[in-house]
Amino acid sequence: MVESLVRLERVTCAYDGTPVLVNVDLEVGAGDFTGIVGPSGSGKTTLLRAVMGTVAPVAGTLRRRPGLRIGYVPQVETVNWSFPVTVSEAVLMSRTSGRRLPWPSVAERAEVADVLARLGIAGLGRRHIRELSGGQQQRVFLARALLRRPELLLLDEPTSGVDVRTRHDVLHLLADLNAEGLAVVLSTHDLNGMAAHLPYLVCLNTEVAGRGTPREVLTPEVLERTYGAPMEVLEHGGMPVVVDRYDEADNVLRFRRGTAS
Amino acid sequence: MSWLTEPLAFGFFRHGLIVATLSGALCGLIGVYVTLRGMSYIGHGLSHAIFGGAAASALISLNFYIGAGVWGMASALAIGRVTRRRVIGSDAAIGVITTASFAFGIALLGLYGQVKRSIDAALFGSVLGVSVADVWVVAGVTVGTAAIVFFFYRKLLFTTFDPEVADVSGVNTARMDALLMLLLSASILATMKVLGVVLIAATLVIPATVARMLTNSFARMLWLSTSIGAVCGFVGMVVSYHLDISSGATIVLVGASLFAVVFALSGRKGLRRAAGLDTHDAPVVGPQPVASRGDRP
Repeated sequence: MVESLVRLERVTCAYDGTPVLVNVDLEVGAGDFTGIVGPSGSGKTTLLRAVMGTVAPVAGTLRRRPGLRIGYVPQVETVNWSFPVTVSEAVLMSRTSGRRLPWPSVAERAEVADVLARLGIAGLGRRHIRELSGGQQQRVFLARALLRRPELLLLDEPTSGVDVRTRHDVLHLLADLNAEGLAVVLSTHDLNGMAAHLPYLVCLNTEVAGRGTPREVLTPEVLERTYGAPMEVLEHGGMPVVVDRYDEADNVLRFRRGTAS
Repeated sequence: MSWLTEPLAFGFFRHGLIVATLSGALCGLIGVYVTLRGMSYIGHGLSHAIFGGAAASALISLNFYIGAGVWGMASALAIGRVTRRRVIGSDAAIGVITTASFAFGIALLGLYGQVKRSIDAALFGSVLGVSVADVWVVAGVTVGTAAIVFFFYRKLLFTTFDPEVADVSGVNTARMDALLMLLLSASILATMKVLGVVLIAATLVIPATVARMLTNSFARMLWLSTSIGAVCGFVGMVVSYHLDISSGATIVLVGASLFAVVFALSGRKGLRRAAGLDTHDAPVVGPQPVASRGDRP
């Protein structure tokens, strides 16, 4: 039996009395790779925060394996890019236990160099975090999370604001890490570029609207429950592809309005 | 060199010079955290709040550090209590409580004290009242703060940059926040006599801002800001003696002049860095993703 790292049972979370997650069940085991999909404001980030323990549920039970090491990669939009910190400083930041001296040991320097090389950003250690491309910035924070040697890696919208090539690279990188035994949970609103390639999905819109493999949950019914809008699912190369369902008249009308304005 | 050696003949100036240099270094060091965490207003408010305690303790002949320290602590707790009610924001709470405390101090000195001279000295700083004990207090707080920053460097940096992830990574961020507030309060208390209530905030902000314009590295910013603060304190004290104006004002003016020079030399790049001190700007990202028909906002 696969060991459970985190288990949420009927968890409800609220901000100032307003529920943002209601009766959510989620179990993450060692080696799992789970994508949480849903529209903006559906509670994806709150669910990740509940798993991390920075948001306390107001109802339900949440069990985390004692001593579980969690690595977290925040949304790039939440990072203070003007903060005076180089790539090496940002990565090394997560090494807070053990050594008390401000400067890194030789072993820590080597470790940082290794993780940067592995993520394809070797040689950028002295650069300021703002001087990187979107994909490189994402990797810096992935490197920071990996330096903690986590058993569970949480990523909040890891492909938000990056190009298609970077999205592919990030996806393959996470798949490689998962293949080595790292449990990965990520949130995304990117259905075709990201979610359709993951082994397991949880569709969220405050409540869980569906869960299973992409083929099981990327269906018009589940997607309409999740996004509140009609969507069609096509088949392409053996993969489900989600497309918007437009009413033709409505589409034309919008176009005419657009050209008239 | 007579411009430097001449004032050193006076004991009060020697004390003042040591205290001003150490105060500059101390404020420069703690100012890095204050500016990067957007706590400048808290620093400004705390110095004003402590003034009420300083006035009250002077009138009842209580030790300055005890009276002003307890008063500052009470003000900080009051700010926290008002803020927790969520009716008004923390900035408004700081504005109300600290200015009320400041006004109370002015009123006390007006009613019972040597109004003009006491208020001027407290507001703008003076070296005349600096005793050997004050030198030791500033030296002790400076060494203590430097030691805490040294040994908690990583945790303080992580908490300042990314408190949520720091929390997940095992850093007790609430404890780090409390530690920084304690260091800030102690720094204000220790440096108030020389720098003055009104001008302390500037000595917290200017060295850190100048340092930020010069570097993109946090470690270097700490060193630079501390050094700049110390130099401003030293030069400001000497200038203060020769021009016969308040020490706090000259220290701030030296810092402001340095800011102007660095600003002019570093141009737009430095300005961009400094402008980001208290903001969470949008990142520079690569090309936007190609629109996928299935992607939803």
